[in-house]
Amino acid sequence: MAEVKNNKRRSFLQLSTISLGAIGTAGFIWPFLKSMNPAEDTLALGSTEVNIADIEEGQGITVKWRGKPVFIRKRTQKEISEAKAVKLEDLKDPAIDDDRVKKDEWLVLVGICTHLGCVPLGQKITDMKGEYNGWYCPCHGSHYDSSGRIRKGPAPTNLAVPPYSFINDTTIKIG
Amino acid sequence: MSGPAEPKKYKNPVLNWIEFRLPIISYFEREYGDYPMPKNCNYFWSFGALATIILVVMIVSGIFLAMNYTPHTDMAFASVERIMRDVNYGWLLRYIHSNGAAFFFIVIYIHILRGMYYGSYKYPRELNWILGVFIYLLMMATSFLGYTLPWGQMSYWGATVITNLFSAIPIIGEGLKTWLLGDYTVGNATLNRFFALHYVLPFVIFGVVALHVAAVHVHGSNNPAGIDIKSKGDTVTFFPYMLFKDALAVCAFGVLISAVIFFGPNLMAEVDNYIPADPLVTPAHIVPNWYLAPFYAILRAVPDKLGGVLLMFGAIAILFFLPWLDRSKVRSCNYRPMYKWFMMLFFVNFFILGYVGLKPAEGLYLLIARLGLIYYFGFFLIITPFINWIEKPKTLPASISDIYLGMNK
Repeated sequence: MAEVKNNKRRSFLQLSTISLGAIGTAGFIWPFLKSMNPAEDTLALGSTEVNIADIEEGQGITVKWRGKPVFIRKRTQKEISEAKAVKLEDLKDPAIDDDRVKKDEWLVLVGICTHLGCVPLGQKITDMKGEYNGWYCPCHGSHYDSSGRIRKGPAPTNLAVPPYSFINDTTIKIG
Repeated sequence: MSGPAEPKKYKNPVLNWIEFRLPIISYFEREYGDYPMPKNCNYFWSFGALATIILVVMIVSGIFLAMNYTPHTDMAFASVERIMRDVNYGWLLRYIHSNGAAFFFIVIYIHILRGMYYGSYKYPRELNWILGVFIYLLMMATSFLGYTLPWGQMSYWGATVITNLFSAIPIIGEGLKTWLLGDYTVGNATLNRFFALHYVLPFVIFGVVALHVAAVHVHGSNNPAGIDIKSKGDTVTFFPYMLFKDALAVCAFGVLISAVIFFGPNLMAEVDNYIPADPLVTPAHIVPNWYLAPFYAILRAVPDKLGGVLLMFGAIAILFFLPWLDRSKVRSCNYRPMYKWFMMLFFVNFFILGYVGLKPAEGLYLLIARLGLIYYFGFFLIITPFINWIEKPKTLPASISDIYLGMNK
């Protein structure tokens, strides 16, 4: 091959060709990657309305929101006072009960253990509720209290509180 | 414990390490770097590279479509509509895939016609041609299977008509058809297996393409003069010359296919396929995809069921024998004054067959299809084997370089 005299021009051409090629390739790949995100119809399932009129004190129900279980529990006075009495320094993921509920008797949680995603026990009367009278995850032994906070075991954070609002006294809208 | 010193062929030690254990670096250097290409090759020689790239794009877009598609008769149509409306960029994936299939055939047809015109199928590249025809067959099967998946009216009735071809075979026909369908009509079992096969066949095609490319590299590419490479002066290296020529062809092709994908995505689609499949109502006239239409025209031109099926498959099968039907030693039609025009007429005739294949099989269209059918087989069975009795080929240049010698005078 003939000797290249103008090296600067050559490098500029190489660099601009490679850059343009890279930008083009990235632009081509983008729609493919984006197509794997939740589709419009999946996003449209973002909220769920739940009738809570029939829930007795001390009882909890599980509903599905965005494919995940959501725990809705009407807490007893004993559970509420237990949750409020806990000192923050005893908590692994400190949070006061008032910040985790909108009305004291209603506790709404995403029912997924923050360790590795199992559904904790404690919704049924006969379930194990763990050492802190809340929920107990059977997979790796995480104990949650009556505010859904992690107290013992491998889970790093409290059970999440989903976005929700009271439409009226007997209906909750989750999401 | 140290073995013999590892050779230091390249500056980069990683390349040396790999090369010593698996000589893939030198393989790529040899086959895609220094590989000699005849210097007189024109842009028709870029269509092989184009086809390979489309195959990759088809496989990738197909995998992403499959992530959102449901192969069930109750859900297939709706899942395709969901891809079009709800999945992020789903419309783009689907239009890339459907138009990509059409452009795949455009490119492959040009590639095949190039091979025929310049005699690329002749000694010593016969096996290469056979592998190519095999790829073409697999492509037709794959596109037919894929066309069934959206489960529209054309999908359903296209699948019904094509699978019924097998019932023309005496004695075992009906049983064979039922075995292919997994049911007595095209049904859920059919859709499921068609999806499975449509997913796997492109990978088979990819494998045959690898053989096809390996085979052409053994004796090197043919060229417009159809003469062998005599010296190094007859060639240029693949890198950078052919790589950049192919890259330019890919860019031009990208502009063309993008124009269709973004501005006319349904130009080559049948509107009836946007109606969900209905086993009780056949559309007024069903047509295959345009790229299969020439063979459909042959099928309908014959007034006998078995005869039509045999001639249709025969029209494809005869391609396998082309290297032995052609008795002339001269490869390129540029040096065959008579055969050249019969070859051109063959291209035109193939195009006309495709046109009448999309029209109703009656009146003038039927007559044209029959004339086209006669020329199609006449070309292969009479003109190609016997024309060299009367044709006097032009004098071939002594070498590829010789073509350019007289040019500047």
